This record gives sequence, structure tokens and C-alpha cells, in this order.
Amino acid sequence: MSDTFQLDGAAVPFEAGQTVMQAALAAGHYIPHLCYHPEFKPHGSCKLCTVKVNGRTAASCTMPAEAGLNVESDIEEMNSLRRTLVQMLFAEGNHFCPSCEKSGNCMLQALGYDLEVRTAGFRHMYPDRPLDASHPDILLDFNRCILCELCVRASSEVDGKNVFGLSGRGITKQLIVNAASGLLKDTDIALKDKAMQVCPVGVILPKRVGFSIPIGKRRYDQRPISAQALDDAPRQADASGSCDVCEGTP
Amino acid sequence: MTDKLDNLETAAHPENLRRVAIDPVSRVEGHGKVTLLLDENDRVHQVRLHIVEFRGFEKFVQGRPYWEAPVMVQRLCGICPVSHHIAASKAMDMIVGATLTPTAEKVRRLMHYGQILQSHALHFFHLCAPDLMFGFDSDVAKRNIVGIAAAYPEIAKQGVLLRKFGQEVIRVTAGKRIHGTGSIPGGVNKNVSIEERDYLLKDIEQIVTWSRESVGIAKQLFEQNLDLYTNFGRFKSHTLNLVRADGALDLYHGGLRARGMNGDTLFDHYDYSHYWDVIFEDVKPWSYMKFPFLRSLGPEAGWYRVGPLSRVTQCDFIPTPLAETQRKAFMAFNGGSAAGATLGFHWARMIEMLHAAEVIRDLLHDPDMQGTDLVNIGERQERGVGVIEAPRGTLIHHYKVDEHDQIVRCNLIVSTTHNNQAMNEAIRQVARQYIDGRKMTEGLLNHIEVAIRAFDPCLSCATHALGKMPLEVELLDVDGARVDVLTRSSDGVFS
Repeated sequence: MSDTFQLDGAAVPFEAGQTVMQAALAAGHYIPHLCYHPEFKPHGSCKLCTVKVNGRTAASCTMPAEAGLNVESDIEEMNSLRRTLVQMLFAEGNHFCPSCEKSGNCMLQALGYDLEVRTAGFRHMYPDRPLDASHPDILLDFNRCILCELCVRASSEVDGKNVFGLSGRGITKQLIVNAASGLLKDTDIALKDKAMQVCPVGVILPKRVGFSIPIGKRRYDQRPISAQALDDAPRQADASGSCDVCEGTP
Repeated sequence: MTDKLDNLETAAHPENLRRVAIDPVSRVEGHGKVTLLLDENDRVHQVRLHIVEFRGFEKFVQGRPYWEAPVMVQRLCGICPVSHHIAASKAMDMIVGATLTPTAEKVRRLMHYGQILQSHALHFFHLCAPDLMFGFDSDVAKRNIVGIAAAYPEIAKQGVLLRKFGQEVIRVTAGKRIHGTGSIPGGVNKNVSIEERDYLLKDIEQIVTWSRESVGIAKQLFEQNLDLYTNFGRFKSHTLNLVRADGALDLYHGGLRARGMNGDTLFDHYDYSHYWDVIFEDVKPWSYMKFPFLRSLGPEAGWYRVGPLSRVTQCDFIPTPLAETQRKAFMAFNGGSAAGATLGFHWARMIEMLHAAEVIRDLLHDPDMQGTDLVNIGERQERGVGVIEAPRGTLIHHYKVDEHDQIVRCNLIVSTTHNNQAMNEAIRQVARQYIDGRKMTEGLLNHIEVAIRAFDPCLSCATHALGKMPLEVELLDVDGARVDVLTRSSDGVFS
């Protein structure tokens, strides 16, 4: 019998080495997150998964599960902080959902709806981030980047290519492409790469797909992101390591 | 009529003249104003329709991937977004070298005719019926859709439900009632399922019946007020519209037909992919809206009229039986007098609404609607032009896309822009007929707005200002007495 910790009053079993997030998802408990992906080493950067552990805040994706922990996640105090974080992400980039082809399949948008983010909250920064459309089959729209580094990790750890990286510090930090020209066309990225499948927002896009999935059939049209936790938790890998959730909804 | 009334576009000596402004023009889409310059004897010296919004979609679509355009540019408007959605898609069909599959074209047609139905219903019942049913200078407090609902509840209900049905057709085909995504470069992203078809079919006969009755209302208005309806704001103009290869009315696709004010054909079945060879745009310093003209006639004489009146009078026939019968009656009415009347727009618009209902019925019975071959892509092109007949008239979308799939140039000539000079001419006629030399009243000024509304202008869409629609919110008690009021002016100031 495995050990357990308490999550919002429910006992959650865990295996040795699991984080709070891993154990919670495996047990069918959803904790909001953006930069966490079960196939990659926890990153702890988006802070959406912040929970209270024995009264102190911690990122659940990096917090090791321990027997007897009292974890509070779905409480107004945490959800209010999450709303603020989502608002900041929206304000920092250029997220024009009405004309974004990732609408309906976007984790940031889905979290916004699920957390009931009703206002912008902050003055939009409207950064100037030109597109990289140089690659014949792949478009990069940096306007929507939330710096989760999932593409950086996927390209490095799975694809073995190091196509992406982050450059700069603080508010000037940005996603860059690993080529002397700085253009995607001069990298060896391919459509089948893992880096193409993991972007939670609409930065890395296969060209000419656009709005081919009708409204009603998109990932988050039928059920909110939180309600999908029990049967197809976002980015939960199966035993073979493939990610059915990611496939087809790049 | 004095000589000075021949041209009211520019006053020779505007100094010392009294300025009267209708600001905003109400019950139209978007924001515009009318200015009149009057002397001490209330004689009119200048009349102008100003479009004071600026939108700029042609600029900020630059750099975006081409497949985004049909979804992005439809945000120009919340009334007929489908028009922009489909016109941009048709342009992108050229960009991707597509030949549409039967299912794709028919689903798009269904979406478009749903749009025609809802927009025409909105315009006639919600925006114009108050003028037409109560009188142009009737009690301003009742001259609105709520007043119509109180006095003519059955007509108001039909108007609301006709519009609702059109919106449902759009939802089924585009995914949402407003700003859907159904039409994509090279085709559509969904067909019409059996369940969706049956959902629409259960109401379609009622919609056809109500549409036919709506034509009857428009006709009756002419019969009851023959002199007023025939002569109000009447003027002669050239016309422009799409027609099918056999000359039939077709609102989705065809060649351009231009006719002179005396009925002579200027060009016919003209391939719209080279529209710039026959149409050009002039600019005037007092309006954000351009003034298109027929190249062969030049900027002064080449202005023209688009929209329901042009389409219904210039097509050779309407390819659905009920609407064709009504077209013939319209053209023959009182020796053809309604066909050249500014208020004839309303009658023609209702004939088109009936046609749209019939087309929707026919398409719903077409098995191709359940086809699964939705997209067909060919050889990539650099330039794409898409033209349709939107509810308000001919709509032109023109894009140039670079080798990286990014839009580098965009030109939109929307229906209301085509009608710019024609609307100005209509209000000048009304000023001559009703304003000149008389003491100004609200009712007289409304005559100007009645002429503008006949064109069903979409002013926001035509200028390419973001969210500055003037607004007044009233709080009323149970007896209808005003408790409080909040007003937002056109410059965004609340009072």
C-alpha cells in the first residue's frame, strides 16, 4: 500500500519520487498548469500549479510528494492568484483569440475560461514580435509565447535538435531559434518533431492548417480543461510514452 | 429649383452659413453624421454624409498568414461578418489554386444566403420599419423597434424570428452565429449533418411564407403612399452588381455587370479578378470613406449604386419561382417607377429575402450538403480576389501573399463604399425636396436619415474607429418613467 497526502481534503496515493502534480493527475485530480508536461522534467516556471502545502505556497509540479502533506489547491486564495497570473500572461503578449487559429485548442485560453478570467486586469503591453514564416511548413508566431520552454525541452530532450532556446532576461526574455540567421528555415526542425506537438498556445504552428477543425470539434469546445482531468488529463502520457492528447491538436 | 441646388456637395462660400449636424445618424450600422450648411433664410447650400470612423483592417492584416484572413477580417462587422468571411475565403481560394467541391460551394452558399436572410430582416424590421410604418416625422419616442412591437406585434415577431432563422443557418454552417470559422481557403471545415438539416427544415416553410408576406408589406407601403415612395430622394445613377453567367441573380458568384443610368450596358460578365481595370477609388478630404467610380466614366460622372435595388432591377431573372414572380411585379409596378426609387431598396430587399429563403430551402434538400469532400487545393498563386454580393451590395476583397504565406497587401472595397456618392446624392435630393427654405424640425431631419437607411449602410465596415458607437442607456421604472440615464458620446465620454 502506497503512502498518501491530502489534496483539498481527499487522500491522494503516491509512489516514491512522484511530485504532488504527478500523483494528483495520476489519481484524477486536476491542478491548473501550463508549463508542466508528464514527459519532461518539471520546470516550475508558469506557477499556475502553485498550491498551499502545509500552509506555505509551492509549485506542485516540483514539490515532492510526501506522506501526510496537507495540499490546498482548489481554494479561492490560490485560484485568485492563478487568475492574476493568467491575466499577466495575456497582457504580456499579443493574444488575439478571435482570429487565432489555436482558439479552442489553446491551454491558456482554456485556463482563462476555466478560472473565469473576465477582464484583462492589466494594461496590455503590445510587444512588437514579428512572425517567423521563413520555414516552408512551419510558422512561428512569437506574439503568443508564454515562455514555458516546453518546445525547448522537447527539442532538446526528445528530438535531440536544440532548435529553440530562451534569450534575454526579465521582461525582455524571448524565444529564439538556434540558427546563425535566427530563422527557422535554417534549422533542422521537422513537422513530426516533438517540439511541434507540445506548444500549449499558438506559437509553433504547422502551416496551412488554420481553422480546419470546426467549432464544436476543438479540444476545449465540449468540456472545460478541468473536466478533462479524469479521463484524458492534459499532457498525460500513456505507458508507451506517446501523448495521444497532443497528437492532432498541435 | 434654383441653380445653387444643382450641386450641394460643396458650398461656394461656407463662411457665415449655419451648420446643422445629424450626429450620429441613428438606426444604421456604425457611426456617421450628416452636415447641412444653411443661410439665414434656411436655404440649403451644402449637404454631406461624413463617415467619422476609421478601422484599418487592410493595414493590420499585413504580415498575417493568409489562412487567418477569412476569420480575422470578418471582425470588421457584427452584422454581416459572413460576407467578409466568404469574400476573403474566395480570394484565398485563388491563392491556394482551389476549385471548390460541390459540397464546399453549397455549404458556403447556404451560409451566405442565411446571412442575406438575417441581415435583410434586421434592416427592414428592426431599423427601417419604424419610419415606414409610423411615418418619417412620427413621434420620435415611438419610432423604434419597441414601438413597432407595441403597435404591430405580429410583424415585429416575424422580423425577430426571420433574423433568428438566418442566424441559425449561419451557426450550422459556420459554427457560431457571429464570427464563425466554417469557410476556409479551398473549401469549408464542415458539412451539414442530417440532424442539422432536419433542424432547419422544420421551420423553412414558415420562413418562406413570412418572407413572402414581407414582400407584401413593402409593396403595400408603395401602394398606400405612391407619390411619396416613388419620388422620395429619387435620382438616376449607374449600377453595379454580379450576375450569373445566364444573367440570373446570384449573390455568391458571377461576373460584374455595370449599366448606365439610362439602362445601357457599360460592361457585362466582367471577370472580377481584374476589377481594378474597370473600378477605381477617389478620395475626398472630408470623409474617411473612399469614392469608387467606373474608370471609363471618370471620378465625377462614374459613381454608381450597388445593393438590392441594383441587383433586382439589373438581373435578367431570379432563379427561384416565388421571388421571380415578385421581381416581375416590382418591375411592372406603376410603369416601373418603383425600380428607380430610393425607397425601392426596401421592396427589392424583401424580394431578395424571399429569394434567400427559397435558396435555403432548395439547398437543404440537396444531398451534397452531407458530402465529405470538403477541401480541394491546387497550385499556389500570389494574388487573390474574392467578390460576392453582400446584403448591402458588391463586396471586393483583394490580397497579395508572399512566398512565406504572409499577406503583404490588402484592399477591401465594401458595399457601403460603393454607395458613398449615391447616398450623398440621395440626401441632397431629400434636402432639396424637404429641407430647403423650411424651418428645421427633428421630423424633417429624419427624412435625411430615412434616405440613408434605404441603402442599409454599414458605416463601420466601410471605413476600415474602434468601439466609439454613441450609446444612451435609460433606466425606466415600471410605468416607463425615466429614473436615470447614462450617455456615452462618440468621443467615449460618459455623462
